[in-house]
Amino acid sequence: MLKISNLACERDDRILFCNMDYAFPAGKIIQLDGQNGAGKTTLLRIISGLYGSFTGDIFWNNAPINSVRIEFNQELLFIGHKSAIKLNLTPLENLTFLIGLCHSFSEKSLFDALEKVGLYGYENVLCRNLSAGQQRRVALARLYLSRASIWVLDEIFTAIDKQGVAQLELFLAEKAKTGVTIILTTHHQLSLSDCLVLKISDFQNQNELEDAEVTEI
Amino acid sequence: MLRLQKYSMNNSAVDSNSLGKVLKSVCVREYLCASRYRQAFINPLVFFAIIIALFPLGVSPEPEFLSAASVGVVWVAALLSSMLSLDNLFMKDYDDGSLEQLVLSSQPLYLIMLIKSFVHWTLTGLPLIIISPLLAMMLYLDLEQLPVLLLTLIMGTPVINLIGGIGAALTVSLRSSGVLVSLLVLPLTIPVLIFATGAVQASIDGASINGYIAILGILLMLSITLAPFATSAAIKLSVSN
Repeated sequence: MLKISNLACERDDRILFCNMDYAFPAGKIIQLDGQNGAGKTTLLRIISGLYGSFTGDIFWNNAPINSVRIEFNQELLFIGHKSAIKLNLTPLENLTFLIGLCHSFSEKSLFDALEKVGLYGYENVLCRNLSAGQQRRVALARLYLSRASIWVLDEIFTAIDKQGVAQLELFLAEKAKTGVTIILTTHHQLSLSDCLVLKISDFQNQNELEDAEVTEI
Repeated sequence: MLRLQKYSMNNSAVDSNSLGKVLKSVCVREYLCASRYRQAFINPLVFFAIIIALFPLGVSPEPEFLSAASVGVVWVAALLSSMLSLDNLFMKDYDDGSLEQLVLSSQPLYLIMLIKSFVHWTLTGLPLIIISPLLAMMLYLDLEQLPVLLLTLIMGTPVINLIGGIGAALTVSLRSSGVLVSLLVLPLTIPVLIFATGAVQASIDGASINGYIAILGILLMLSITLAPFATSAAIKLSVSN
């Protein structure tokens, strides 16, 4: 289980959040909520280990995350704003690489995953000839192949059509039931029933409030 | 070694891909990308040929003069064109987010960086070495010295690539980092230039080249073993911006 304790992060002289304590329950979908610039992406990057300028602790199965980084990385699937899709490669070649970084796979499973994200027939077209939504779908095909138990998904619904979003939500809910922890940000209205919401604004203004109290006194 | 053992033990536990397979998939992708974007690797080669072809026009076409200057010219051109290709090393991977995925991989990043440097060298350094005999002959280099020149190029260009990788990794998150990389890296590659040209010069003078080659060998070994660590640390820094 993933737990953050007393987490605080400051960026460009602005406190994004502080005193953040949260335990991400296994098998749940946790949506980070906040305005643009609230620090959603930063929090996701901190959790994934891509951003180091913060104070506080992160625990993975009750061990400090830095001491179990390799084990954690094996259990982590991170899809960021930048989807790691090379435009000069075909969807199949892109997936071969991205999945090959994590675990072994059969070629058939790649075709199946691409079919599930609606790219049947596009397996060998260069990604630069695909639409923005289709390129995004190549990255999302990783979800169907992943064996990770922590998914960190940053704005994955961007450029995906309504039907695709609905299908993806169903899949995420299904996956969560098997014990995968899904942490995501989105500005879409999720129609998921058992989705937890972590509001970053809850951890934002405490310092200002304390300051205000001090001035009152 | 211990760390490597630890890695492989973990792999068997949760069925992740073996280190060899991961490195192979990095390799395959690098070559695939290169084959679809050839100008990135042809440009440095053309640059190398143009410098050497223009040099006699600009200075002097006298065979005696060119023969004496040939080693230095070939090596300086090789150094500069290697610098030119460094921008391509990580820039695209940074822009599309591939570097993040490499950092988050459970495999050791320094080995991935070593493989990337090696692939980059086979695409930029190796072609340059292959055409260098032709260009050296254009500069009237004594044919007997050609093997020595090739040996120094084979030992020296990987060093430039590996050291250059550190600079490229440090500056990849900056926009327009072209000149900065050269400023950072060029001073570090000067020893390679000095000992490589020194070796050929010694060979021309009929002296022993063993000392020079030994020092180039040390530089090569040190950069193969140490540079990937610095590069992977720099990549982690750049990605966390």
